[in-house]
Amino acid sequence: MNPLIPLFVIIPLAAAFLIMIIGRFIRDFNKYFTSLVLLLLVCLTLWSLLKIDGGVSVYKVGGWEPDNYIPIGIYMVLDSFNIIILCIITIVGFLSAVYSISYIKRYTSENYFYSLYCLMIAGMNGVVLSGDLFNIFVFLEISVISAYALVAFGVEKNELEASFKYQVLGGIASFLILFGIGFIYWKTKTLNIADIRVAFTSGYDKKFYLFAQLLILSGFGLKAAIIPFHAWLPDAHSSAPSPISAMLSGVLIKAVGIYVIIRLFFNMFAITENIAVLITTLGTLSMVVGVFLAIGQWDIKRLLAYHSISQMGYVVMSAGAGMILIARGVKPEVASLAIAGGIFHLVNHAAFKGLLFLNAGAIEYRTGTRDLREMGGLAKSMPATSATSFVASMSISGIPPFNGFFSKLVIIIAAVMAKFYLLAALAVIVSIITLASFLKFQRYAFYDKPEYPKEPKPKEVPFPMVFSMVILSIVCLLLSLLIFPGIRETVLTPAIDILTDPLKYSNSILGI
Amino acid sequence: MITYLMCFALFLVGLYGAITMRNLVKIAISMSIMEFSTFLFFALLGYVEDGVAPIVNPDDPAKIYVDPLPQALVLTAIVIGLATTALMMAVIIRLYRKCGTFDIREIRNLRG
Amino acid sequence: MTIIVQKTAQLIAGMIFIYGIYIIIHGHLTPGGGFAGGVVIAGSFILITLAFGSDFLRLVKEETGTTIIESIATIMVIFIATAGFLFGTHIFFNNFLPKGTVGQLVSAGVLPLYNIFVGAEVAASIFIIFLSLIIFKEESPK
Repeated sequence: MNPLIPLFVIIPLAAAFLIMIIGRFIRDFNKYFTSLVLLLLVCLTLWSLLKIDGGVSVYKVGGWEPDNYIPIGIYMVLDSFNIIILCIITIVGFLSAVYSISYIKRYTSENYFYSLYCLMIAGMNGVVLSGDLFNIFVFLEISVISAYALVAFGVEKNELEASFKYQVLGGIASFLILFGIGFIYWKTKTLNIADIRVAFTSGYDKKFYLFAQLLILSGFGLKAAIIPFHAWLPDAHSSAPSPISAMLSGVLIKAVGIYVIIRLFFNMFAITENIAVLITTLGTLSMVVGVFLAIGQWDIKRLLAYHSISQMGYVVMSAGAGMILIARGVKPEVASLAIAGGIFHLVNHAAFKGLLFLNAGAIEYRTGTRDLREMGGLAKSMPATSATSFVASMSISGIPPFNGFFSKLVIIIAAVMAKFYLLAALAVIVSIITLASFLKFQRYAFYDKPEYPKEPKPKEVPFPMVFSMVILSIVCLLLSLLIFPGIRETVLTPAIDILTDPLKYSNSILGI
Repeated sequence: MITYLMCFALFLVGLYGAITMRNLVKIAISMSIMEFSTFLFFALLGYVEDGVAPIVNPDDPAKIYVDPLPQALVLTAIVIGLATTALMMAVIIRLYRKCGTFDIREIRNLRG
Repeated sequence: MTIIVQKTAQLIAGMIFIYGIYIIIHGHLTPGGGFAGGVVIAGSFILITLAFGSDFLRLVKEETGTTIIESIATIMVIFIATAGFLFGTHIFFNNFLPKGTVGQLVSAGVLPLYNIFVGAEVAASIFIIFLSLIIFKEESPK
């Protein structure tokens, strides 16, 4: 029983409500308190990363031990796959909180902003750490309701419309998920993920199984914005304030969307081939449609939001390719390589997409516009912003030695080794079109004209914003070290082990 | 079996309303209908033949109780549904102040 | 509102408040508990505000007080969960007070305390929702 696990949820929850009380009486308390709390969480996460050592830690809430080997409590699980997602939540969260120290001055009622931000972090940590199906739903709702309120934070027409669209589609997704959870409870009479896996290995009814899998895939696919469930993403991510856009696009669609799909389909449902083919098709469609919709955009944040759909397609496609190989029972090492490429790309995307959204916010902070046709020549007046956005653009397009190159290389090599030549060709073509789109962004925003055409000339953004952008670009460079043999064994290989080994997850949890 | 199908039919009625209605408040009410159908489905799941309500009476304990776990899940989900509906209503009221109409065909600034 | 509505609301609101407290405190014996009792208590406050009306400044003052009560109640829930960590074994949400016999009012360890604080928080939340919507209507220009 590891008593550190609930701290990841309790600390931000207590911080959210402390900010509501004390922030009314002391000025400027909320900003620095949020940054301190998130820095504490970053230290806790990095310490757990060094201590996890390939094992599975379980925490039973309330101390309810299993009765006759049947789990009766709520379990919270920390294993090698969870710790990677926790790292990106806390690191990107901390840097966005530091960024918003100077960005949020434009809005009123900063108290509510920081309180909702801490609640969102607490909800995401709860989703990632829970080992119980209904607990995922409760923490998912906590984080997503905070996200709805944060998208509508500056109450203009565009933001309210985007938030309403997000609410209707997200609400439909939540009720689909609840229906799916009801179905699974009906047939297996338990809610623990490890226990459901044991119940499924002893035989199941095929039609009901397919229906439950489709409900869960639709619900979480809507949260992760894969095609055809992507309609809310461009509006919501472009109308939100910039640190919230970085959190939404960089962390939320991964922690409550892609993470849950990978966890449930690898560790809870037994893999069948038709679902694996469906997931791979959806991933490939997202990859291709996302990038073609992104080329013609002139609004910076809308362009970045459509590219989010495309890069998430890469992750889903490679996870689906791994599932197809596991379902057919051939080439297990190629399946491990495909899933490793997917998870590595997930981590990379959090870093460079967060950095790109923070850059877009910095440009909007100084020039007041988001339209590419009205800008130009910012490289001379905003050196830090243009340097970090160059690093991020080269990362997302897959240019060595930045991190995007290594993860896309692993995905393409795995697709070729598994003889899925069409997927590899599409991945290369989409990467080239992404490069074209980001070269357009760089040229029109920074390098077109010798100087910014309108008065007043923009200066560099304030220090907290520069600090978080520079740290995030250093993280982008350091993440490419994850592919080297020494570091890969501690971080990526145990994560793949937990996912692909058929009964390792359930036996580790139920045996404890 | 017929009661389970009726819960699913109610879910589809709510989904139809959320997709085709033009008034913002009617969309919010359709979302409420969808979530109530899920609560009914959960409450039906826990039925055991010849079971009584799961409250322990220390003088006279019964032999078979109905399953109390789905009832606890429904209580939590009702509170979550309340929070979702309250937030949607707040956004609708703000939208009415800004745009002057409840019709979603008029509120279409973001395209493309 | 007319005087008949105001007098009836005054009579009924007290009884609704007592009924809500009964539901909260007997949460471990009869169905109900924190959520349902909290909603009933909020109902009694909303009834009084609807019947008597309020001017704008008093509503803002009430909203400040209610927000502070809500935050304090949530922090007390987290504090009781952490107290299980410190006083008992190293487990959060542990039930560390003595549990009496089944069916008595003072029994079941730390559960009645959870019910009371959750009830206070839910009542404060629902009253805040109602007050925010009225304050928004009052302060927007005609």
